[in-house]
Amino acid sequence: MTEAALTSDIAVGKGRSLWADAWRRLLSRKLVVASLIVIAVFVMVALGVYAGLIARDWSEPVGPRYQRPSLEHGFGTDFLGRSVWRKTLYGAKISLTVAFLASLISICIGLPLGAIAGYFKGWIDELIVWLFTTVNSIPYIILILAFAFVLQGKTLFGYPLRGISVVYLVIGLTSWVGLCRLIRGEVLKHRDRDYVMAARAYGCSRSRIILGHVIPNVAHLVIINFSLRFVSFIHAEVILSFLGLGVKGEPSWGVMIDDARQELYRGCWWQLAAATLAIGLLCLALNIVGDALRDALDPKLRQGLE
Amino acid sequence: MVSYIIRRLLYAIPTILGVLLITFILFNLIPGDPSYDIAGKSASAETIAEIRRELGFDKPRFLDTEALSQGRIAAAFDSQFFNHFRNTLTLNFPRSLTSHEPIWDEIKSRAPASLTLAAPMFIGLIATSIAIALVVAFARGSWVDTILVFICVVGMSIPMLSYILFGQHYLAYELGWFPILGYESGMQAFKYIALPCLLGIASGLGSYVRFYRTVMLDEMRSDYVRTAFAKGLSSPRVLFKHVLKNAMIPIITTLVLSIPFLFLGSLLLERFFSIPGMGSYFLDAFNSRDFPVINAMVFTTSLLYVLGQLVTDICYALVDPRISLR
Repeated sequence: MTEAALTSDIAVGKGRSLWADAWRRLLSRKLVVASLIVIAVFVMVALGVYAGLIARDWSEPVGPRYQRPSLEHGFGTDFLGRSVWRKTLYGAKISLTVAFLASLISICIGLPLGAIAGYFKGWIDELIVWLFTTVNSIPYIILILAFAFVLQGKTLFGYPLRGISVVYLVIGLTSWVGLCRLIRGEVLKHRDRDYVMAARAYGCSRSRIILGHVIPNVAHLVIINFSLRFVSFIHAEVILSFLGLGVKGEPSWGVMIDDARQELYRGCWWQLAAATLAIGLLCLALNIVGDALRDALDPKLRQGLE
Repeated sequence: MVSYIIRRLLYAIPTILGVLLITFILFNLIPGDPSYDIAGKSASAETIAEIRRELGFDKPRFLDTEALSQGRIAAAFDSQFFNHFRNTLTLNFPRSLTSHEPIWDEIKSRAPASLTLAAPMFIGLIATSIAIALVVAFARGSWVDTILVFICVVGMSIPMLSYILFGQHYLAYELGWFPILGYESGMQAFKYIALPCLLGIASGLGSYVRFYRTVMLDEMRSDYVRTAFAKGLSSPRVLFKHVLKNAMIPIITTLVLSIPFLFLGSLLLERFFSIPGMGSYFLDAFNSRDFPVINAMVFTTSLLYVLGQLVTDICYALVDPRISLR
C-alpha cells in the first residue's frame, strides 16, 4: 500500500531528492526500521566502549569459571571466569571499528582509481584495469592472509602495525577491487553525458568535473556497495583474529570463537553462541538494510517484478 | 574459435606477471632479509650466510649493475627479482623452511585430498542451491518466497566458523554420527569428508540461493518468458525449459567466482577436520612463518583461478555465439 502511496506522490510531482526519497522508502518498511535500530544499538555500544562507559572491566573475573548462562551471570563466564556478556559488548567495538576503517581505506583507494580509469580512458585505464584484474586473480582469503602475514609487526610511517591496525589495513588494502570496477563502469557511462559536456564547455578543470560533477552522481553506488561489504569485513575480522593474525589481547568476536573452541569440549557452548548471535544479528541487520538501500537508491530496480 | 582461445590466453599473461610482481613485493621487498628470523638470535655468521645463499638473498635485488658494466648480460639478470620470476613461473619453488621437502612435491601430494573434499562440496552446493532457487522462483512473491529468502539472509549472516564448530561438536562429538576428524585416502575418504562437505554446503547455501533467485527472476522478466506464458505453457515448463537454460550463463560465472570461496571453506574445514590438503598446508606455513610455502601457495592458487577464468570464458564462447573479444 505504501508503495502505491509513494508512486502517487511522485506522479503528483512533489519534487524530492534521490536521498530524501530513498530515506522515505527505507522508513516505510518495518523490517528495515527494525534493522536500522539494531545497527544503531551496536554502534552505540561500540561508542560506549570507546568512551569507557560499557564493558570497561571485561578482563575482571565476575565469578567462578565455566558458569552457565543464568540471571546472575548473564551469558555465562569463560575459562577465566570473565563475563561473556561484557566480552560480547566489547567485541562490537572491534568489529565496527575494523569494518568502518577498512571501508574508509577501501573507498579511498577504489573510488579515485575507478573514477580516473573511467574518465581518462586510454593507457591510464588499461593500467588500472590490469592492477585490479591482477589483485582480483588472487583468491581473496589467500590474499588477505598473505598480506596479514607480511604486514604483521612492520611499521608504517613510524607507527607499529599490530593487532587491530593490521586487520583493517589488510582488509582495506585488499577489498577495493569491487568498488573500483563498479565506479569505473559507471563513470565510463557518465563521461559523455550532457551535464559533463556542459561542465567541460563551461571551462571546468578535469579535477573539478570529476570531483564536483561525476563523483556526486555515482556516490550512491559507494553506499550500496559498502552497506553490503560491511558484512564480509566483519566476517574477515573474525577469521583473521581466529587464526591469530588479527586482534590480540582484546576480546573481539573472532577471539571469542577461538577461546570457545577449547571450551566446547567441556560442554560450554555459551561463549560461541554469544559471539555467533552478535555477529549473526549485526550482519543480518546490515544485509537487510543493504538490500533495502539498493532497492531505494537504484531506480532501475524499482519497477518490481509483477 | 581457435583464434579466440589464443587471444584469450594472451590476455592471461599480464595478469600472471602481475601476480608475480605482487608476490615479489610481498615476500621480497616488504619483509627484507628473513635470514635472521629463520636462523634465530644466536646463529653464527656462517649459518646466516648459508641461509641467505640458499634463499638467494645474497643476490642483488633487481639488476647486477656490476656484471652489466662488464658486459656479462646473463649474469646481470641473476638477481632476486628475475630469479623470483623465473623460479616461480617454472614452478621451481625452493624447499620448505620447516620440512625441507620440495614445495611442489608437497603441493602435488596434497592436492588429491583437497580435491576429494572440494569437488563434492562444490557440486552439492551448486545443485542444492539451484534446486532451492527454482522452488523460490516458482513461488515468487508468496510467503514461501519471503520466508526462504529471510532464512537465506540469516544463513549468510552467521560466520562459517560457527557452523564448523557447532557442527563438529554436536553432530560428530556428541551424537557420533560422523568421525570427529581424520582422513584416509581411497573409498574410506567419503566417511571422513561427509560432515565437512555438509557444513561447507550449509554455510554457503544462503548466498548462493539468493544469487540464483535474482538470476532467475531477472530471466523471468524477459520477453521470451512472457511469450511462453502467453502461449499457455505451464509454469514448471517455462521454468525448466526456458529460464533454467538461459540462466546457465550467470551460473557458469558463479562456478568460477566461487573458487575463492571454496578456498576459504577448504582452508578452515581442512584445518578443523585434519584433512591433509593444500589448505592445511597453507595454514601450517603461517604458524611456522614458512614464507616460501606461502609464496608458492599464493602463486599456485592464483594460477588455478586464472586458468578457471580462462576455461569459463571459453565455455561462454561455446554456449553463447554472440560473445567474442574486441
